[in-house]
Amino acid sequence: MRGIFRYLHRNPSLTVGVILLAVLALFVVVGSLLVDVEDARPLSVPALRPPSADYPFGTDRQGRDLLAVMVAGTPLTLRIGFIAGLLGVGLGTVLAFMGAYYRGLPDTIIRGVADIGLTVPGLLVLIIIAVSIKGTLTVNQMAIVVASLAWLYPTRTIRAQVLSLRERGYVEVARLSGMSGPQIIFFELMPNLLPYLAATLVAAVSSAVLASIGLEVLGLGAIDAPTLGMTLYWVNFNAAMINGWWWWWTAPTVIILVVFLGLFFLTVGLDEIANPRLRRAA
Amino acid sequence: MQAAYVARRFGVFLLIVWLAGTLNFFLPRLSGQDPVLTKLLQQAALGGYVQGGIEEMTREYQQRFGLDKPLWHQYVTYLEGVARLDFNYSIANYPRTVRELIADALPWTVGLLGTATLLSFGLGTFLGALLAWPRAPRWMAWLMPPLWALHAIPFFLLGLILTYLLAFRLPLLPIFGGYSAGATAAFSWSFFWDVFQHALLPALSIILVSTGGWALGMRGMMVTTTGEDYILFAEAKGLKAPTVFLRYCVRNAVLPQVTALALALGQILSGAVLVEVIFGYPGIGTLLYQAIRESDHFVIQGIVFTVVVALGFTTFVLDVIYPWLDPRISYRRA
Repeated sequence: MRGIFRYLHRNPSLTVGVILLAVLALFVVVGSLLVDVEDARPLSVPALRPPSADYPFGTDRQGRDLLAVMVAGTPLTLRIGFIAGLLGVGLGTVLAFMGAYYRGLPDTIIRGVADIGLTVPGLLVLIIIAVSIKGTLTVNQMAIVVASLAWLYPTRTIRAQVLSLRERGYVEVARLSGMSGPQIIFFELMPNLLPYLAATLVAAVSSAVLASIGLEVLGLGAIDAPTLGMTLYWVNFNAAMINGWWWWWTAPTVIILVVFLGLFFLTVGLDEIANPRLRRAA
Repeated sequence: MQAAYVARRFGVFLLIVWLAGTLNFFLPRLSGQDPVLTKLLQQAALGGYVQGGIEEMTREYQQRFGLDKPLWHQYVTYLEGVARLDFNYSIANYPRTVRELIADALPWTVGLLGTATLLSFGLGTFLGALLAWPRAPRWMAWLMPPLWALHAIPFFLLGLILTYLLAFRLPLLPIFGGYSAGATAAFSWSFFWDVFQHALLPALSIILVSTGGWALGMRGMMVTTTGEDYILFAEAKGLKAPTVFLRYCVRNAVLPQVTALALALGQILSGAVLVEVIFGYPGIGTLLYQAIRESDHFVIQGIVFTVVVALGFTTFVLDVIYPWLDPRISYRRA
């Protein structure tokens, strides 16, 4: 335990990231004990009340208690990010290892698709996919839509890592001592890349959250789900800024800020574990 | 050699154009939606009465739009149209074509995004270079944490906060739109000033966020570069500090930044779309937002295609000038 604290002291980015996300988790857990999450539905409380003792975050124009919306919506938004990020990094890892370890035609195709896919503005492609689906999306469908592009970046970066690792001496030794391809991948390469994969996963979750919020703000989200992005959609839809209903957008803005800052610092901290040479730069 | 390199890059660009068009054509059809029927049913629902003979009307319109032809025929017709930048009519603003709508909106986006991206790239690269330069003033180190933190925030979120502070609380800048209501577009100073004021907040929210990103990337590269032997040699020769900084360090460290710029354009654009929506800026993003609200599929597809092609072209241009920036890789890449 002391060791962990000592390490966190040496890696301030990781500490900041962990603390921010822990605060967020605490807010959701404590909040769900204190607040009735059902109040996140429209017409459950009086409309457009500024923050008060009864409604600490205020209420919106459709009669949602914004505290309840935040308590219910934060995990929903993170769930979209986590599912999409996990799918993206999972697929990316498989493709990257297959391509970079075995090389050949599949590798050329994987690299080509990832390179071209990355130059295309992701949000716009996601929009085309989202409007092509009949009806409005559910939260889980949203995660899958976002995941459809979330594998591009992980594939590219993990592939580069594998390419450099596979030339190392210990991989050569493993190959000469008769280990099979999958054995080398799982027992020699994978363990060395775990910290890097973790950093990639956190970064992927962050960009998936960003993509989902983007789709939601544009009005392509799950209309009945109280996610953070949908809250911002209603803020924009009702011109809350110009009407002076500052509390409506303050709560989601602060929480989204904490989410992105937390995930960002966590990525930087994990990157430092994965690549100790970065410490020189810090 | 050079021609082969340019031709290969152009081939990739054409591939992107074709893929974008094909995606636009097949994705909506995969879900089995019938755009004509959907639209007619919407109209009927709006009118509040049940229309007889909607089947026949659908068939009639499908014939008119060529939707009764076999799929490959539709596909060829579609690609032909796209090649002429003909994306059909806007459903929501009927007599206007999608091309007209995009042509109206595109200059706003290109102006805002081009300026903001160039400014933040230049500023961020310079700041990042200074941050890693051992002789830079001490206080520069204090810039790092805010730059990092800003870098992690989405453009549009910073836009919301800036709007509240600088347009709502302190009414210094206009809150909404690309120019004042009632202002007539003319080549006059007052109109330019008006447009400039309206662009300031959206541009600022892009610049503040992305400057941090470019600074971080540049700083990382500079840290490696300043440790190189040729830098030590240059200093030992007694070259002036600015020369070492600009001609030896920055010149080499900036190269990966340009590659990163080509890769980041798509992401920047995705973010800028939302900034436009938040500010009601009359560019591509707002047009897209309206089209989504009115389920104007032709406009959505037209915008996506145009933007993908425009970005593909920009990437192509960057690819072509890159060997000129970095003669070491000149044209001999496999």
